[in-house]
Amino acid sequence: MKLELRGITKRFGPVVANDGIDLTVLPSEIHGLLGENGAGKSTLMNVLYGLLEPDGGTISVDDRELALTSPNDAMAAGIGMVHQHFMLVPVFTVAENVMLGAEQTYGPGFLDLAAAREQVREVSERYGFDVDPDAVVEDLPVGVQQRVEIIKALVRDARVLILDEPTAVLTPQETDELIDIMRQLKAAGTSIVFITHKLREMKAVADRITVIRLGAVVGEASPDSSENELASMMVGRAVSLMADRGAGEPGDHVLQVDGLTVVDGREQVVVDDVSFDVRAGEILAVAGVQGNGQTELVEAILGLQERVTGSARLDGSNGTELLGMSVRQVLHAGVGFIPEDRKVDGLVGQFTVAENLILDLYDQPPFAAGPRMKPAVMRDNARQQVREFDIRTDSINTLAGTLSGGNQQKLVVARELSRPLKLLIAAQPTRGLDVGSIEFVHSRMVAERDRGTAVLIVSTELDEVSALADRILVMCRGRVIGIVPGDTNRDVLGLMMAGLAPEDAKAEASARPDDRGAP
Amino acid sequence: MTETREDTPPEEKGPSAGQRFWQELTTGNIMVTLLSVVLALVIGAVLVAISDPRVQDAAGYFFARPGDLFSATWSSVGDAYAALFTGSLIDVSEYTVGRALRPFGETLTNATPLIAAGLAVAIAFRAGLFNIGAEGQIILGAIFAGYAGFAFDLPIIVHVTAAVVAGIVGGAIWAGIVGVLKAKTGAHEVIVTIMLNNIAAFLLAYLLGTVAFQRPGRQDPISPFVDESAQLPRLVESTRVHAGFLLAILAAAIIWWLLSRSTLGFRLRAVGNNPNAAHTAGMSVAGTYVVVFVLAGMLAGLAGASLALGTERHLNTGISGGLGFDAITVALLGRANPWGTVAAGILFGALRAGGVTMQARTGTPIDLVLVVQALIVLFIAAPPLIRAIFRIRVRAKEPVATASKGWES
Repeated sequence: MKLELRGITKRFGPVVANDGIDLTVLPSEIHGLLGENGAGKSTLMNVLYGLLEPDGGTISVDDRELALTSPNDAMAAGIGMVHQHFMLVPVFTVAENVMLGAEQTYGPGFLDLAAAREQVREVSERYGFDVDPDAVVEDLPVGVQQRVEIIKALVRDARVLILDEPTAVLTPQETDELIDIMRQLKAAGTSIVFITHKLREMKAVADRITVIRLGAVVGEASPDSSENELASMMVGRAVSLMADRGAGEPGDHVLQVDGLTVVDGREQVVVDDVSFDVRAGEILAVAGVQGNGQTELVEAILGLQERVTGSARLDGSNGTELLGMSVRQVLHAGVGFIPEDRKVDGLVGQFTVAENLILDLYDQPPFAAGPRMKPAVMRDNARQQVREFDIRTDSINTLAGTLSGGNQQKLVVARELSRPLKLLIAAQPTRGLDVGSIEFVHSRMVAERDRGTAVLIVSTELDEVSALADRILVMCRGRVIGIVPGDTNRDVLGLMMAGLAPEDAKAEASARPDDRGAP
Repeated sequence: MTETREDTPPEEKGPSAGQRFWQELTTGNIMVTLLSVVLALVIGAVLVAISDPRVQDAAGYFFARPGDLFSATWSSVGDAYAALFTGSLIDVSEYTVGRALRPFGETLTNATPLIAAGLAVAIAFRAGLFNIGAEGQIILGAIFAGYAGFAFDLPIIVHVTAAVVAGIVGGAIWAGIVGVLKAKTGAHEVIVTIMLNNIAAFLLAYLLGTVAFQRPGRQDPISPFVDESAQLPRLVESTRVHAGFLLAILAAAIIWWLLSRSTLGFRLRAVGNNPNAAHTAGMSVAGTYVVVFVLAGMLAGLAGASLALGTERHLNTGISGGLGFDAITVALLGRANPWGTVAAGILFGALRAGGVTMQARTGTPIDLVLVVQALIVLFIAAPPLIRAIFRIRVRAKEPVATASKGWES
């Protein structure tokens, strides 16, 4: 099926999110849509899926023009979409989820679950998905849940499949499996629009790549282009993908963690007897697939987790015990914290930029004198930080919630680095950021390391881990799988993230043919 | 960087109902508030008209003489609202200035506890808490202030000060229970405050039957009058408005300073907007909850003291009479802003004062005032409705607000 978008324009108030975008997806083609966060990719796909009505332009399938006013229209036209955040009912089985919204019935309105089950089994077998129709969705790994979404689209006869950032939630292995699935679908005649800002995956799978910047198409690229070429097209200037850094000069032990164990509210041991240390002037990256205890680990060090045993000492093994301290005490002991979810934990959306910049220092001199705040000092501080950290905002009185993700993150980074630190903990510091902001945040982390601060980074992105880490700690199911040097091969890291011991992972990785462009 | 584009439709991943409510509450347009009041009065007018027997009669022969219906409606609504006005602002038919201004004095008298208790609800709103317990806190404040007022003999200025402080302490204790329970056990403040309202009401009823509280020689639940030395002095001759009004305004000024200029206010607003971020930044969320409830109780206690020492000057079982619930409306109407709460308190005080006159003069039931109050709440709770009715153009929300939402990877 040939899909053509002509001159799609979409405005939100004064902002033009899509400006006359042309895009042609040929039959059996994997078409990559590459762009920074906020470039307008999602808007375009939401237009295509009937979620947003365009202000101008046409969509046609096989030279027949469509008027899409709802996702139902899009599905009827053979367009299916797998959202980044899955639209599944967790307590339903796979078959029930697949049937939801297109229920088949027999007799006086009985659900024909058998038919749905059969459909799932059939699609699953045709493409080798290995999905049990009777499994309950919440019990399935994320990668399989994603396949359920794909099955949902295929059962509805999707001939163009839109995959919106499909790899964001996957392990490297699951990503490889997804790429295989995409190739199979393509072989079976399905066209795929593949949206990502990850260059490596784009190169691996796309037949053609359309690059979008600032809501407009800046050009088409071939998958043979280098990552640097793609990145500069996407950003509009030359970028360096590797954080510019020399080797670290590790000094004294700053953080010493011993036997740290965290039990969560559901009585699950989420961090299991974790021990490691971080030295001054070094970046230790904690790698792992999302949800393997990394978040809880750093939260425990910071005092945000309730049921923690073990020890975490600042200033080495005879230093201050952080566990048992309040968050405030930990912060004041010289720990900076960049939380994983800036919108939830990092800033107060209804506060101004200036207020957010002193969220943890609001009652300390010079920002306060006794019970009285000093707004003038707060504003001076804000002006200086906004300049230094290049926070793009209309004014320091703008509400932080209205900033873009990249600028919100810069705000949080600026705040945390504005105090003298011994230890910086950054959880997913570049999640959801565009290339430009990632570059900036990374350079700041490295600069902080070079100033002699111990830096602990939690990341699920191998690119980030490889770019920053002096040493890498891999976690799986709450346990430390191993601590390896920063230049460890990506395949080895991927296997370790799946739970293989370092030696086994190395053996396994070297036994495999290296076809995925690992460094 | 490309920071100016919107990538997701705004409805994706919206904030929770509570956060949305809070945002509507504090960022709502003042126009919407005013129009809500206007619209409520218009609908009230319709109700006045259709419930008036004269209008009903005229409607019966509408096709014979349509003019009658219009004039009957006009006079019915006109009379009722004129009485509402006369009863709340100024009575031009009186001969002396003092008597002519008496209705406005009545308005301010009614407004005094509404403002103080409204602030008690508003400050909790700002910290993201629902204080439904102003009623109980008022009652406790009244009990403490009243008892201090009639049970002790103290010199003139010392006595009234001590009694007011006792009322403030009483309210603070009652609300402090809520704060501590929420902080220690996570008990939901709405449930706890509602329960404590009932406990307070029955406590008062019980106390008024005891020797310590019951007026000598009376069988009904009523306390002695508070000593003259403990009474809040009248401000204007031949009106009931008393010094409690000045205290309520002073309280509003203090709360304004606290919220906008103090470190405590900063913490309180941060916790109210995003307790997660506040906690992550090292603020004690639980501690803030306790402080907020103690502050709220102090304000509601002040309301109770003003009733016991200024308006009623004794205790009876109906001393609060649902003021604590009207206070919620006042805080809503005032957008949880101290000065807004003062304005809303005066408006509601006027409705209460005028309602009495309206019922006496035109026979329009005072319940109309309740209906108008309820409608105001309804319209404020549904700003999109008001915007639709009056076709207010909403300034396009900064689309960057939601940029990158779909892109967390």
